[in-house]
Amino acid sequence: MSLRRQLDQPWLLGLVGIFSLLLLWQLVAASRVVDPLFLPSPAEVLAAGAEQAQEGILVNDAVASIGRVLGGYALSILVSLPLGIAMGSNRLVCQLLEPLLGLIRYMPAPAFIPLLIIYFGLGELPKVLLIFIGTLFFNTLMIMDAVKFVPRELLESALTMGGRGLQIITKVVAPFIAPQVLDAYRINMAAAWNLVIVAELVAANEGLGKRISLAQRFLRTDEIFVGLIVIGLIGLLIDLGFRLLMRRTCRWAI
Amino acid sequence: MHLSVQGVSKSFGKGRDSKLVLDDINLEINSGEFVALVGSSGSGKSTVMRLIAGLEQPSSGTIHMDDRPVRGPGPDRGMVFQKYSLYPWLSAADNVAFGMRLQGRNKRDVKERTAYYLEVVGLQDSASRFPRQLSGGMQQRVAIARALAADPKVMLLDEPFGALDLQIRESMQEFLYQLWERSGLTALLITHDLEEALLMAQKVHIMAPRPGRIVRTVAATLDRSNLSALRMERSFLELREDLAGCLRGLDQEPAALAARSLASTTGSSSSG
Repeated sequence: MSLRRQLDQPWLLGLVGIFSLLLLWQLVAASRVVDPLFLPSPAEVLAAGAEQAQEGILVNDAVASIGRVLGGYALSILVSLPLGIAMGSNRLVCQLLEPLLGLIRYMPAPAFIPLLIIYFGLGELPKVLLIFIGTLFFNTLMIMDAVKFVPRELLESALTMGGRGLQIITKVVAPFIAPQVLDAYRINMAAAWNLVIVAELVAANEGLGKRISLAQRFLRTDEIFVGLIVIGLIGLLIDLGFRLLMRRTCRWAI
Repeated sequence: MHLSVQGVSKSFGKGRDSKLVLDDINLEINSGEFVALVGSSGSGKSTVMRLIAGLEQPSSGTIHMDDRPVRGPGPDRGMVFQKYSLYPWLSAADNVAFGMRLQGRNKRDVKERTAYYLEVVGLQDSASRFPRQLSGGMQQRVAIARALAADPKVMLLDEPFGALDLQIRESMQEFLYQLWERSGLTALLITHDLEEALLMAQKVHIMAPRPGRIVRTVAATLDRSNLSALRMERSFLELREDLAGCLRGLDQEPAALAARSLASTTGSSSSG
């Protein structure tokens, strides 16, 4: 077997990439070219992480952030699905809403934070709403596009076999767009995850973003690194979860 | 079953941009008949089928199915498309069952009829395979089984073999003809392929383009006991050549028209 063939495993090269970066980091940190205050070594970051985990802060923060993301994103999923299907399948609804959504989509979601804080204070609601606002329009427009690309023959076949209105949506449109919808949810999940950190940087008592902003105040770069890596890992897990769900439910499209 | 299309015209677009695609189409199909519409691209033959299926509305004229006006699509007029009409997330069997489930037939009925129609098209062994695991010819046979299982009074076939390779197309033509002979179904076939139309249909309408209209109707009474022999038979080839000449003449018409309008020197071309 050639080297190229041996390397061509789904995971292998990805792991090589990650470990190369870790190695580079270790080498630079060990050489002491950069002040350890600014670049802690992997071992120091690991220690800081272990400490946070032991104190229970890490789990607490992660649960707080994940909870906000799930709340806001669940809301976004629930609203965007019917809205996107309605816009994609009805020209009038689309003409009514598309310009509006196109406009709001270009307003940066973090810019809504001051307004949300004025309206809803510093509790959980403004954070959840921020994630909702920041992902709703992308999800809706991507679902709308998926609906518009359902092949005409599939719809018309159902019509000529006696299918009517809602049946066409549930039996033809929904299964056809399912893989694209899952993919849209997976991609826009990254935005939700970004937004929760931004919201926590501005105002929160706990959460991974809050921990990072506290660490900045005390110049604890090791804790900043811990926060970043944990955020990355959770994001990766969610991404893999969506891929797994896709593989389970939409075998035909893969 | 009696399908009647009377004085049907169709324009697309509105006002000044409106374009007449069908002009005064008249045709009748009776129970058990196999009728074909033949024309080059742009002759509006697919539009005739879509109007009959109820997927489009005529601009003028009427379409009646058993004396009732056609207002929209319905299960009494089944349709088979040229390609890509199977549901890719459903197995062959579930595709065949699709229409029956839409109509709310009971489970046992659906199961029995699915097995029966898969057998009719010779795909009982592929019941659990998905469309992408089937060849183009097999996919079209599933599509035909699906349309049949939904129990239509007339089958509308829109270039059903147009996307298939030549050899497969010939065997599918023989398959479809035998199916029609055995089951006594009523069929309207749309095709650009004269041979295909003459092989199967007892009545062939020739359509001319721009605007689409029926210019000739032939009753093709041929001995169809052996289709592959018929393809080579002299009377068949003569009839085919005669009609092919007619189609070629129609295709040259626009060129002749263009030459004439170049020669004329009238400044304004706007009319009404």
